[in-house]
Amino acid sequence: MNDVREPLRLSVDRERCVGAGMCALTAPEVFDQDDEEGLTVLLHPEPAPEHRAAARMAAGLCPAGAIALIPTEPTDS
Amino acid sequence: MSYDTTADPTADEPPILPADRHTGCPFDPPAGLTALSDRPVRRLRYPDGHVGWLATGHAAARAVLSDPRFSSRYELMHMPVPMPALGEMTEIPPAPVGDFLGLDAPEHTRFRRLLTGKFTVRRMRQLAERVEQFTAECLDAMEQDGPVVDLVEAFARPVPALMICELLGVSYADRDRFQEHVATLFDQATDVAARAEAYTAVHHFIGELVAAKRAEPTDDLLSDLTTSDLTDEELTGVGGVLLAAGLDTTANMLGLGTFALLSNPDQLEALRADPGLAEQTVEELLRYLSVADPIPRAALEDVEVEGQLIKAGETVTVSVQAANRDPHKFPDPDRFDIHRKATGHVAFGHGAHQCLGQQLARVEMTVAFPALFARFPGLRLAVPPEKVPLREHANIYGVVSLPVTWDPAPWNGE
Ligand code: SF4
Repeated sequence: MNDVREPLRLSVDRERCVGAGMCALTAPEVFDQDDEEGLTVLLHPEPAPEHRAAARMAAGLCPAGAIALIPTEPTDS
Repeated sequence: MSYDTTADPTADEPPILPADRHTGCPFDPPAGLTALSDRPVRRLRYPDGHVGWLATGHAAARAVLSDPRFSSRYELMHMPVPMPALGEMTEIPPAPVGDFLGLDAPEHTRFRRLLTGKFTVRRMRQLAERVEQFTAECLDAMEQDGPVVDLVEAFARPVPALMICELLGVSYADRDRFQEHVATLFDQATDVAARAEAYTAVHHFIGELVAAKRAEPTDDLLSDLTTSDLTDEELTGVGGVLLAAGLDTTANMLGLGTFALLSNPDQLEALRADPGLAEQTVEELLRYLSVADPIPRAALEDVEVEGQLIKAGETVTVSVQAANRDPHKFPDPDRFDIHRKATGHVAFGHGAHQCLGQQLARVEMTVAFPALFARFPGLRLAVPPEKVPLREHANIYGVVSLPVTWDPAPWNGE
């Protein structure tokens, strides 16, 4: 489940985001915050393997549940 | 994980919220609270007679704080601790204008949206240089005044106070006056009447500031906000909230945090040896000390949390310190260990109200602690640890004062 080889697809819900910045702090390669509202900006919907663990953690830490992990088709590797 | 939910939780006389920390380790939750943490959610008796709930489990805390069916509106809540400031009043008044902490969506969202952009991770990191500068200034002054200074007065309070002045755009000329009122406002030894007076003074001060920024905007948060749809009254309220939330919390983290590090020389040594551990140390201090506690919420409808049905109208109090010591989440939770991964703690709350200024608090602490210990390698308590006065009954836990000393540097001929 938390295997970094497993592809990961993310989506963010900016309506729910409260701008606490946990995502940008935890996985700066994957998330940023816009300057106007401080809401999350998804830089990489399909993060590279080395950033997957951090991205998962960011989803778990988000206080607003604004980051979703979208299940991907299992690959046969 | 299973908990006994069959037993009638109302069968026993519900306990009151234990508050007494001074009998044991000053960094641990009260022993009575730990004893109540065997179930994640349980009955609690409130000072006004209400029988509500106490959430101590980490998962339960997150569930309550992130569920919009639990309201943050003050007037719907019963307070878990006595509120001397309310005097004879039995009902809690609604949030004053601009105090968005006591609002729910969509009213809360309106304020939150205007503010989040000003507190992004990036913006706060850009402020690190200013924090470094203020810290260095405070440490210079401390070096001149000591050895033996009160670290709270010399360091823990001024660093966040100067940052808040910077953010709000308080001019240099006004900073002393401002800080004086603010010090009275948060001084636990001052009586309620004097603090009410200081509150009025601070409020008045911020009101004037808002008017000044509207007339002549400068480069700061309040000036930025004058272009929003907030009224002057709302803006003044917001300024007051930012001040209260940004000051007392960080000041107490710096004071109590220094006490904790001095009391754990092996951890301090590890941090000194590797300043790269600063961020991790700050997270662990946040978890371990949990100074902002507890957080009450009022159920708007019936909600089940960890197998307990919380009925509409009941108050549930989230114990942040208990949740941050939940062994299911943090193994060996009572151990202060800067090498652990403390992320996921709820020291800043959780959900829509999760601390807006948390990234600023992180930057302040990450800069300030290492700077303090670098400047004073021999820093130590000037009194026995049990003589350090604790803020037993304050909203924000911490030390009243922290007398410290060090070996003065030999005169280097400059
Ligand atoms: S952690 Fe969640 S709430 Fe915070 S900025 Fe990221 S998406 Fe928004």
